[in-house]
Amino acid sequence: MGNTKLKTTTMSKIIEGYYYSESHEYVKVEGNIGFVGITDHAQHELGNVVYVDMPEVDDEVNAGEEFGAVESVKAASDLFSPVSGTVVEVNEALDDEPGLVNKDAYENWIMKVEMSDASELENLMDAAAYKAFIGE
Amino acid sequence: MSYKFFPHTEDDIRSMLNTCGEKSLDDLYKDIPEDLVLKKEYGLPEGLSEIEVRKFFNSLAQGNETLKCLIGAGCYDHYSPSVVNNIVSRSEFLTSYTPYQAEISQGTLQYIFEYQSMMAMLTGMEVSNASMYDGCTATAEAMMMAVAAAKKRNKVLISATVNPIVRRVVETYAKFNGVVLETIAEADGVTDKSDFEAKVAADDVAGVIVAAPNFYGIVEDYTGWADFCHAHKTLLIMNCVASTLGVLKTPGEWGADIAVGDGQSLGIPMNFGGPYVGFLCTSKKLIRKMPGRIVGATTDMDGKRTFVLTLQAREQHIRREKATSNICSNESLMALYVTVYMALMGKEGLKEVNELGYSGAHYLAEKLCELKGFSMAYPDKPFLNEFAVKFDGDIEDLQNVLLDYNGVQLGLKIADNTLLLCVTETISKDDLDEVVLTCKAYTEGEDEDE
Amino acid sequence: MNNTYYGKLIFELSKPGRKGYSLPKNELSEYSTAQLPENLLRVEEPALPEVDELTVVRHYTNMSNNNFGVDTGFYPLGSCTMKYNPKINEEIAAHPEFTGLHPLQNVETVQGALAVYYQLQRSLSEIAGMSEFTLNPFAGAHGELTGLMVIRSYHMSRGDAKRTKIIVPDSAHGTNPASAAVCGLDVVEVKSKPDGRVDVEDLKPLLDDTIAGMMMTNPNTLGLFENNIAEIAKLVHDCGGLMYYDGANLNPMLGKCRPGDIGFDVMHINLHKTFSTPHGGGGPGSGPIGVREGLEQFLPNPRVTCDFNEDGMVDYKIDMGEESLGSISGFLGNFGIMMRALTYIVTLGSDNLKWVGPLATLNANYIKESLKDCYELPIEGVCKHEFVFDGLKDKSTGVTTLDVAKRLLDYGYHAPTIYFPLLFHQALMIEPTENESKETLDGFIEVMKKIAQEAKDDPELVKTAPHTTPVRRLDDTKAALKQIVTWNELCAVEEL
Repeated sequence: MGNTKLKTTTMSKIIEGYYYSESHEYVKVEGNIGFVGITDHAQHELGNVVYVDMPEVDDEVNAGEEFGAVESVKAASDLFSPVSGTVVEVNEALDDEPGLVNKDAYENWIMKVEMSDASELENLMDAAAYKAFIGE
Repeated sequence: MSYKFFPHTEDDIRSMLNTCGEKSLDDLYKDIPEDLVLKKEYGLPEGLSEIEVRKFFNSLAQGNETLKCLIGAGCYDHYSPSVVNNIVSRSEFLTSYTPYQAEISQGTLQYIFEYQSMMAMLTGMEVSNASMYDGCTATAEAMMMAVAAAKKRNKVLISATVNPIVRRVVETYAKFNGVVLETIAEADGVTDKSDFEAKVAADDVAGVIVAAPNFYGIVEDYTGWADFCHAHKTLLIMNCVASTLGVLKTPGEWGADIAVGDGQSLGIPMNFGGPYVGFLCTSKKLIRKMPGRIVGATTDMDGKRTFVLTLQAREQHIRREKATSNICSNESLMALYVTVYMALMGKEGLKEVNELGYSGAHYLAEKLCELKGFSMAYPDKPFLNEFAVKFDGDIEDLQNVLLDYNGVQLGLKIADNTLLLCVTETISKDDLDEVVLTCKAYTEGEDEDE
Repeated sequence: MNNTYYGKLIFELSKPGRKGYSLPKNELSEYSTAQLPENLLRVEEPALPEVDELTVVRHYTNMSNNNFGVDTGFYPLGSCTMKYNPKINEEIAAHPEFTGLHPLQNVETVQGALAVYYQLQRSLSEIAGMSEFTLNPFAGAHGELTGLMVIRSYHMSRGDAKRTKIIVPDSAHGTNPASAAVCGLDVVEVKSKPDGRVDVEDLKPLLDDTIAGMMMTNPNTLGLFENNIAEIAKLVHDCGGLMYYDGANLNPMLGKCRPGDIGFDVMHINLHKTFSTPHGGGGPGSGPIGVREGLEQFLPNPRVTCDFNEDGMVDYKIDMGEESLGSISGFLGNFGIMMRALTYIVTLGSDNLKWVGPLATLNANYIKESLKDCYELPIEGVCKHEFVFDGLKDKSTGVTTLDVAKRLLDYGYHAPTIYFPLLFHQALMIEPTENESKETLDGFIEVMKKIAQEAKDDPELVKTAPHTTPVRRLDDTKAALKQIVTWNELCAVEEL
């Protein structure tokens, strides 16, 4: 996510074993599939999410490049893919109920990516590093 | 410096400067490097009193001549009820800003909601935005919207029968925005269907822009066009003359994805070209790709129904370079013209306006074509109140004669021997008879000259 | 306010059979649209309201009472220059010999209108220090886009196609990057220094032969004059780029400084800000653009030119220039707005226009100095026509800028611009104009102080404001999620 403005400080949930980016996306890895979403910290900062702009299945995504956006009423943030690969599924439930991201950002991933280069995960932060990164 | 727009007395200025810790008004500009400060007065005349201002403009007005308009081509001389001007002149509407503070802007927000509702009804589309600058820029925005919606295509087709004034603007936007704009050929005054199908079938077209009615006033038959577009994942964009939608098949009924055009024909004075209002309507599923402001209904803290600017995260003030468009100020007050006009006219009024235009135009076409040298440019093609005639004499000379004798602007010369004419309800049968009489005398006079 | 009417939509006042218009009888009814092929006719009638004239008049009059305008009260909306819209402007603009002109009618019959266009164009050139203006753009953002097209046309005319980047400060209006994107340019952001001005050191490494130019607002969106402008302009010019002036903040410059004299090549003016034309609830505006000598040929078509005919009389023409960037409007722009702006300029004249900037600047500094004990002033020093507070000085109350803005509504003031520029989290941007009296400003200052006190004594009162407006705070999230944007959609929702 792009220039998310830090407005409030609330303790946010961080899950061990996930990978985190500086732009506040996470990756949960199952085999060569990465579940990508925004962190709990990010959803807090955004406030009520009213729209998630998602890629299409079969789209190619590249690590560090934009793949969509999340919008709240008064803000919008681009989403940057933490990993490279092919989109194999998007979370269509977010079309009808984007607020699910606020309810549980980790349960409600945004896209599933078949990763083309697992070594990219090494460039991301682990839970402890992300916790330090967001200053909690 | 005592002046009617400056309430500051010498004492006020002294005391305010004192609060600021400054000695003079010049001190307030001490942060500007000395060599950049303007050291002379503007080379403009001194101020005028109101009496002199009125004289100044009255004198300029003598260089103008308001005419009976038998000309359209994107601007139509329609009747506007006196209520319209009265309402839009209210300073509560006129002197307000964009309704960002919804609690004290319900007047503006509510009329925009009514405008959106009426435009959606009129075009047969699901949603409308709060307004665009004019019909030309609205069409250009629709082109960019189609490209954004298609994601991986950047080619748009535009029919050769779209008003060239609109085409010029669309071409400019395409050139700078990087859209590949191609023309669909014209065949006998209408869009060439085989050329349309061949180009869309290439599967690289984001959108197709057609006109209804087209530049020549012809009402083209677009049966099956939307389906053909959709089969190739292409959006169909229709540029319409707003008032004609009171009777003509709507973009929604043709299956179009985006309806655009100028709303000037709905109660807005001709005003030498502006301000007008562009409309842009589309389907619900494309609402997020729509440029400009949108008003939505919601409730306030007390549960009362209210209106508010919504989906703002698409707009430039939040999304900056990623916004759906750069539009900020639109034509809000002109949308109020349209809203009050449609409230007064209703569906019956719009029908009557179109009947009067149709009757006058068909009568004029028939009478002119009885004269020597006149013929329909596209015989057998259906038209509403605008049509092209061929005249094998000197069109400009004929126009000048009508101007001098009848105070009439006889259409627009669109080719060496083609004249585009338009009739609205402001032109009576007597007016038309006089025009025909002068044309008759002119053509017979030409005979005598020979 | 008439509560019977309040909140009703025009559709809810409709009754079949009523009408609000009169048209002449059709003397040619033997010709009818029924003669058109049936498949070209609309099938479903539009469900427009059916209402009588008085109902329409009352409905919209009552609606107008729910609006706040400059004529209603003080409107300190930063960056918007909500100055008084003189009544004479409206009277002149309504002159039927102008409003009744068709844009394509014989050019000999519109000489008066073309004279208005030409004289306004010349007046703006003098005021801005530019060579020539086009008045065709419809609004400020449209002017920006057109100005950027001029810049690109200039580079392309020199065969310099690689210049596709435009530099924009981080404090810029959102329209700057948005206009650049529509124009096919990539935006490169330059940072501000702690004193709110462009960081020249941050700018230097950005300058190379891919830079088309740089956009600047001066004074910038913090109301601060970019005092390094000469150096910045030289740097950009030396690398081959052009300087674009965003005229949103031109008002304080009147009488004191001309964009053309301080290094700018292309600029726009918002007639609806600096030249007193009404904002109309969000338009119509007008965004003329000016260019320095050597760039005139790129201005958009059509253009108004002036010549002398055989009798030595002025003869105005409408031309299409060959090197022009193309057309960006159907006709000659928002002519009705030009009528108002020219009225304003001839009304004030050179002897009064020169006081506009200094008095607007005095008013802004007076409010700033009077309130900086209660509100956080992030950057000290003299401002121009506007300034930005970063919320209340005392942040412990939890009262935000939004709350302060909403509470102001209760006291009969329009709110300042909030949460812009993005440099400060609690931005509260205040712009009084030259038309406001010391008494008006004192009244506003007193209320702002009172709100700061209320934030300490009774924060809930401020957080739940407004309390006295026609409606209370709105549910933005519901609006964005439900997207009910027409009467048809509203009918399908029971709770509204």
